[in-house]
Amino acid sequence: MTTTGTTVSATAPNADPAGPAAPRGVVWLVAEREIISRLRSKAFLVSTGILLLAVLASVLVGGIVSGIDHSTKVAVVGSAASVVDKAEGLKGVEAADTSAAEKLVREKKVDAAVVPDESAATKVKVIALDSTPSDVMQALSVYPEVQLLKPAGQNPLLIYFVALGFGIVFFMSAMTFGQTIAQSVVEEKQTRVVEILLSTISARALMTGKVLGNSIMAFAQIAVMALLTTGGLLATGQKLLLANLGSSVVWFVVFFAIGFIMIAALYAATAALVSRQEDVGSATAPVMMLVLLPYILVIIFNNNPAVLAVMSYVPFSAPVGMPMRLFLGSAAWWEPLLSLVVLLATTAVVIALGSRIYSNSLLRTGAKVKLSDALKG
Amino acid sequence: MLEVNEISRSFSGTRVLDDVSFAVRPGRMTGFVGANGAGKTTTMRIILGVLSADSGAVTLDGARLGESDRRRFGYMPEERGLYPKMKVAEQITYLARLHGLAPNAARRNTAELLERLGLTERAGDPVERLSLGNQQRAQIAAALVHDPEVLILDEPFSGLDPLAVETVQAVLKEYAGRGVPVLFSSHQLDIVERICDDLVIISAGSIRAAGEREALREAHSEPRFEILLDGDAGWIRDEPGVTVLDFDGGYALFDTDTDGAQRVLQHALARGPVASFAPHRPTLAQIFKEVIR
Repeated sequence: MTTTGTTVSATAPNADPAGPAAPRGVVWLVAEREIISRLRSKAFLVSTGILLLAVLASVLVGGIVSGIDHSTKVAVVGSAASVVDKAEGLKGVEAADTSAAEKLVREKKVDAAVVPDESAATKVKVIALDSTPSDVMQALSVYPEVQLLKPAGQNPLLIYFVALGFGIVFFMSAMTFGQTIAQSVVEEKQTRVVEILLSTISARALMTGKVLGNSIMAFAQIAVMALLTTGGLLATGQKLLLANLGSSVVWFVVFFAIGFIMIAALYAATAALVSRQEDVGSATAPVMMLVLLPYILVIIFNNNPAVLAVMSYVPFSAPVGMPMRLFLGSAAWWEPLLSLVVLLATTAVVIALGSRIYSNSLLRTGAKVKLSDALKG
Repeated sequence: MLEVNEISRSFSGTRVLDDVSFAVRPGRMTGFVGANGAGKTTTMRIILGVLSADSGAVTLDGARLGESDRRRFGYMPEERGLYPKMKVAEQITYLARLHGLAPNAARRNTAELLERLGLTERAGDPVERLSLGNQQRAQIAAALVHDPEVLILDEPFSGLDPLAVETVQAVLKEYAGRGVPVLFSSHQLDIVERICDDLVIISAGSIRAAGEREALREAHSEPRFEILLDGDAGWIRDEPGVTVLDFDGGYALFDTDTDGAQRVLQHALARGPVASFAPHRPTLAQIFKEVIR
């Protein structure tokens, strides 16, 4: 703790032997208070409820849309049924004979009819009303096998939605919980309760407790959202998408946990510079830009490998960039680990600087504290 | 004994504390007085470790203070503040836990203290719904809940009604009675005069006087006496070696040496009954004005 300077750094001979253990308990007490006051806040409960409902709804809607039967109905007669069954996207409707099948076509109950025709090379004939039914013809066609030298990977629309998902979840969580920390820091400063707190525990313990408490809440919210998404995808039978997302979601959660701690420390430090709730917005605006930027970039550049590669290593965008690259399959196995090390190192530096700014600013009320003054102490 | 040793502190080039030293003895109420901006709050913040000193040290029983020692201090800052939306009892219990009390002890102490301060009925209310006086009591509870070994109170009586002043005064006296060093600052010199055992007077960042209250009064006493007679006291003006400062019917305030005083008393008794005769001790306010000059 920097504010106590020389007097505290000298260890008292009669120091409490339980001293070193005590701060951890204190950090937890602060974190616990943060969590309890969040859980008691109606605004928090309502916004969390809405967020979870939105996640659930998007998964379910996705399931319903993909579950809709897109197959084309065709009338089949006799042995033609086996040909139709093998074709993808066609659904056979049994008809007694060719004339019955023709009747179904005329009545527009089916798009076309497939009837046996011994004279044809394919042994079947397609009957349609007034034009060649291209979808039916395509389904019945036989193509030679194709080998792609450079597979396209994921479906571009899916890529967009996954990018949007990672981006929006990180942005929303970091911003809501970041703002919450900022407000709680200023509340303590504005109501002056901070002086009692600082006479009891160190500024570092206070900040750590706040960051920890809010990180736990943010992390729990993300974990519940991840569970809902997984559960929802399984329940609606979208196993394919789940398999695609799999490891990138796990990495997202890991990167989020550390990235959020860094963002939280920044919010706490910048908020400590001001003394009134009205000034929180302007004080924390630079941090908000850091959170907003990766969100915008990932939406615009989700298909640009160069931009994504840079994003996946810049600590502020790595929680979005790296999972995105893992989803696209464009990152080697060691890349998320390297990026994680970069993120951890940056987080450590940010926490050190942040707690310095925080402890040097807490007792300076009135005008906004200059960043340079806060760093100097 | 809590000792402040040669503390100095500057804020952006301006020296606000200059070589400040004094002691707060266990079991005694030490009053800390000074004009606004004299350095009382800065000194208290340094004692609590909320602020650091540029030089000098604070010791308790001869040992430099560490963070864990300060957790056993009780502090009431001049800038009052509690969490406005947190319930009174919950908040006091939380602060007790931060000071290192076990959950049960924290709850028990909170309940006892709220009872003593007459806040039991408001225990479940958020602090913001209490009257200012009650918020003040809650603040005092926050400073006392962990049975502190040292008490530092910045203006504990400001904003209290006379009844609350009595209550708080009694509670503080009780702590001092247990052997706790109690340091409190106040603008209300009459309260300080009434309840303190020792006095520290600070002006413009340096200590002007410190010591036992009575010794200080003694030291600042002029050879001055007051007398109250049944009859008129006008004749005292004609006594040799006596300067009358104030005179009203049977009352007279006068400067003279000890022999002169005895002579006046003998003459007065010869003239008639004497209701009272005493050396005149300056009030704290007078001493204060004199030492900070």
